[in-house]
Order: sequence, then structure tokens, then C-alpha cells
Amino acid sequence: MGEIVSRLLEVEDLKVYFTFRPGLLTRREVRAVDGVSFSLEMGETLALVGESGSGKTTLGKATLLLVKPTSGKIYFDGKNLLLLDARGMKEFRRNAQIIFQDPYSSVNPFMDVYHIVEEPLLIHGRCKAGEREDKVFRTLERVRLSPPEEFASKYPHQLSGGQRQRVALARAIILKPKYIVADEPVSMIDASSRVEILQLFKELQQTSGISFLYITHDIATARYFSERIAVMYLGRIVELGSTEDVIREPLHPYTRALIESIPEPDPKNRFTERPTVMGEPPSSTDIPAGCRFHPRCPFVFERCKVEDPQLREVRRGRLVACHLY
Amino acid sequence: MVLLRVEELRLDYMTVRGILHAVDSVSFTLNRGETLGIVGESGCGKTSIGLALMRLLPENTHSFDGRVTMNGLSLLDMPMGRFVHEIRWRRISMVFQGAMNSFNPVLRVGFQVAEPLIVIGGMDRGRALAEVVKLFGLVGLPADAARKYPHELSGGMKQRAMLAMALTLNPEVVILDEPTSALDVSIQTQIMNLLKKLKKELGLSMIFITHDITLSSDICESIAVMYAGEFVEVGPADVVLTSPKHPYTQKLLAATPRLRGSSRLEFIPGSPPDLVNPPKGCRFHPRCPFVFNRCRLEKTIVSRRDGVDVRCWLYG
Repeated sequence: MGEIVSRLLEVEDLKVYFTFRPGLLTRREVRAVDGVSFSLEMGETLALVGESGSGKTTLGKATLLLVKPTSGKIYFDGKNLLLLDARGMKEFRRNAQIIFQDPYSSVNPFMDVYHIVEEPLLIHGRCKAGEREDKVFRTLERVRLSPPEEFASKYPHQLSGGQRQRVALARAIILKPKYIVADEPVSMIDASSRVEILQLFKELQQTSGISFLYITHDIATARYFSERIAVMYLGRIVELGSTEDVIREPLHPYTRALIESIPEPDPKNRFTERPTVMGEPPSSTDIPAGCRFHPRCPFVFERCKVEDPQLREVRRGRLVACHLY
Repeated sequence: MVLLRVEELRLDYMTVRGILHAVDSVSFTLNRGETLGIVGESGCGKTSIGLALMRLLPENTHSFDGRVTMNGLSLLDMPMGRFVHEIRWRRISMVFQGAMNSFNPVLRVGFQVAEPLIVIGGMDRGRALAEVVKLFGLVGLPADAARKYPHELSGGMKQRAMLAMALTLNPEVVILDEPTSALDVSIQTQIMNLLKKLKKELGLSMIFITHDITLSSDICESIAVMYAGEFVEVGPADVVLTSPKHPYTQKLLAATPRLRGSSRLEFIPGSPPDLVNPPKGCRFHPRCPFVFNRCRLEKTIVSRRDGVDVRCWLYG
């Protein structure tokens, strides 16, 4: 039972549907997240990899109850999130934080760095006025905005993208959370600074034992920051396993194609075309019957068109939703 | 054979904070049928080069000079009227960054793509539309896409339509500004494969502007690495990617996450400088691990090593 004790987040058959009315009398449903189960250990990073529209951001937000799940269960620290009272909810809000993709719009341009980072302490009333300043400065130092006294008085427009993202990180960690959802945190950061931010995340994870859900479209960055990868396609997890294994030997045809799509900086690339998934993902209002990847799958056979494959353990620690296995 | 030669291109913008030196002493050549990649981080001036070649500079341009010649024809001092009639879109065209999201939502895609044929080429509407359908075939779009509205096309299809638009007047050079950066990985690969095909079938010459050095390896014969308004390294892709000379190129490659091989990554401390007030001496010196006294004092000059032009005092 040892492993259950260290489990921080457990998601069971989570569904998030949005309805909209394209016409006066019609009603349609977007199945953004369509039956997803996974768990996250204490101090672990799980990368949620997928293309746009795969539901990865919606799933991340649902685990924070920032969007309302349509059905399913979410346990955090052993408690059912959907049954929390107001007090339990506030406790959860302190323990679970989010970092957004765009550091240019996620921090208030009219507040200086000090007040941005201090705000969570005020909201949660966690410490006395005298301790706050010290705490803000120490947190700024932890995200390597030093000297903190100098950065504290700056406004976001005076900072680079990487520095702003560190301000967002400081604000997220100042309450000592257990869980952080990082939604594409480096995709808008310059290539030369991306790794710096990811290494900082990793360091915080190791020193503070924070669990991360790292949402990204870039499987190559996932390799440097996550222990496990979950690949999403059209609202479902199609493959889940340890990062090294999934990258070395992807099993699901979609994961395989995704990995083949990513070039190395090799000057010989220009002489050949690179294999990739043909076509484009269907809309999540119109999910294909059977396996949702079958219209684009090179290995499709009859069963794929009628039977929806379930995510099953095909070898130790590796789950795949595909009839090939 | 050299098709396009750019010499000492320099471009300053006037901003509220002062004069911003966006492009400084940029020189390169583009061979016929080849692709030059301009690789750099945001704000380094790579898009400004494209706009300068198209003579589409914004109104706050403060000063601009340099020489651009195409088959011996000088493009920058040519009267604007002649440039518009003979060069822009006919001989050099451009796919602008994010332009696929700038289609007019109330007009059919085919008509918008046909516009250069009608406005510049003087074709009648029916013939222009027939021409567009042919081009759509070339870029892998179904013929009925011409009759659709922009919202009916996916991102990848819109980018294909943008490419068709750039090809309408059969240009020799196409400038592509981040043509895949808003697209998913699989669609990005499809577009790159299409560009490779067009390059081969039409003998197209391209300038490929990107922030992603890995992607530049996918199509470019030569690569120019740009930092803070300057080309710090220009040379054959085989050399630049496998034995980079400039410390910035070396660090940029070491900072690129890869799926295969070593899982050790580096980063470059600090951030690119403010181009209103760039550092004295070498613009990279505050972030360079090999910095020495000369780098802080003297403006760098270009030296040649292994067929690569590199702007660094280590080689000066």
C-alpha cells in the first residue's frame, strides 16, 4: 500500500463537455475531455503532451476545478474535490496553483513585482505584516530574481519574458503549494532562456517536493522535465508511460508519428521528407466512432472502426489505448 | 549562382524611447534554387530584413540604407512605382507571420488568393480564379477550398492558401516569415514537406525566417544566425549546424531540446539586449562565456573561417 500513501492527485474517468448553440434550435456538444484517468505522485512531474484541441489545457484546468467537470472523480490528498466545503476549498486553492502560457498577460501590468508576489499571502492571510517582506524577498531569490530588492520595485514591462515567467512562478510557490499546473510555461520564452526556466522548475520540484502537471505541445521539452508522459488525442489519453520509454519506443501509432515529426538539427534533413500523421485532427464536436485516431492511422483495421479501445497496461508501467496491443 | 545580394543593410526605427537599431550591417547572398535560413530570437530584427527586402517598412522607420541587387538590378534605389510593378510579388513575394489569420472573413478564400493576379497581373476574375485552383493543387488544397470562407479552413489549410498567394505571380524568391510557428507539430511537418517539394519542383529560392534552429536544418542550404540586429554567423548549414563558430550559435544549439542523444541541456544566462541602447563592443559580450577585454571595447568585425562569416573577436 506504500504507493497509495504518496499519491497526490487521482483522476477517474473525468469528462468535461461544453455545450453551445450554433443555431436557434440546435445544441451541440464539445467533448473536450472524454473519459480520462491518471494519477500523480508526490514530487512527480507528469507531462501532458498533445496538439491544439486535444483537451490538455481543459484537463489541467479541471484538476484545479477552474472548469467544472461534467462527470468523473478527482481526489486530491485523498479527498474528493467535488465534495469539498468552503474551508476545504480554500485549503485546496492554497495547495494547488497554476502558471499560464503567456507571461505578458498573466501578471497585472499596474502592480510592481513585490505586490504581485505578495498578493497570495494577503488573500490567504498566511503571515504577519512583518514577515511578509522577508518572505517575498526570499521567494524572489528562489526563482533567481536577484537582488530581490531591485526586482521588487520593477513593473512587468521592465522585465523580459523569462523574468516575468519567474515572477509568475514566485507567486505560485509563495504559499508552498503541493501541486502546480504549468500550462505551456516556456512556449513563449526565447529559446536561449527556455531551459533556464525548466531547470528552475525541476530544482523547485526536487527541493520542495512539488508535483507538476506540465502541459506542452513540445515532447522534446517534456524529456527534460518530466518523469512520465501522457499523450492526449481528442480528449483522451492514448499512451502513458515513463518519459524515457515513451520517447525511445513509442507504442501508439499517434505517439510514433508525433515523435517522428520532430527533427534533430541535422543538415541532412533537407534531402528527405519527414514522415508525419496525414490529415488534420477532426473537431471535438464530431469525434469519429471506434478508435478516435482511426481515420488518420496507418495501421487501421476493421475493429478500429467499430470498437473504442480502452487505455490498458500492455507492459509494466505502460498504458496504451490501441487495438494493436 | 547568386540571385540576390544584400550588402550592409542597416535599419533604425524611431520609438518613444529613442532610436532602435533593428538591423545593423547585414550582408548575405542567396543562390538560385537555394534557401537561406535567418535564425534568431524574438526582437532580433529578422522580420525587419524581410520587410526591408519587400520595401514595406513601417512609418516609424528612422533611417535605412544598404544595397540589394537581384540579377544586377538594384532594388532599393529604384523608384517605388517601378518596384511595385516589376519586383514586389512578381519577383519577390512574402508569406507574413500570422497572415493566415488575416484573411478577410467575409470574402471567399479563392478570391483573396487571386487578388495579386487581378490587381498586379491585370487578369480578369474568371481566369484568375481558374489559376488559383491550379495553384491550390500545387500546394495540396482541394479545388473546392477556393469557394470556402476562411473560417471553414483549418490553420494548416489557410497556411497552404497563403503559400499559394505568394506563388501567384511566379516569383523567383519567396520570403517565409515563421510559416509554421502557429501550427501543430504534425501540420508543421506537412508544411515543411510541401516547401521541400515546391523548392524542388519550381526551383524556388527562399528566405526562411525562424526562431527555431532545428527547423532551419529542414530546408536550408545556408544559415544566418542573427543576434541583436546583427548576423553573427552566416555559412553553409552543414558547417553552422555541426561545427558552429560563434559562441551564441554554439550555446543556442546546446540549449535546443532534443528527443534523441544527450539529455544534457545548457542555457544562456541573461536576456538579449535592448536595441535602443545596445552594449558597446560585441553585442553578445554580456552573455558570452568566452568574453575578454577586446569584446567589451571594440565593435566586432566579420572574419571568415571554414567558409563561414563569423562576427566574433575569437576569430578576429
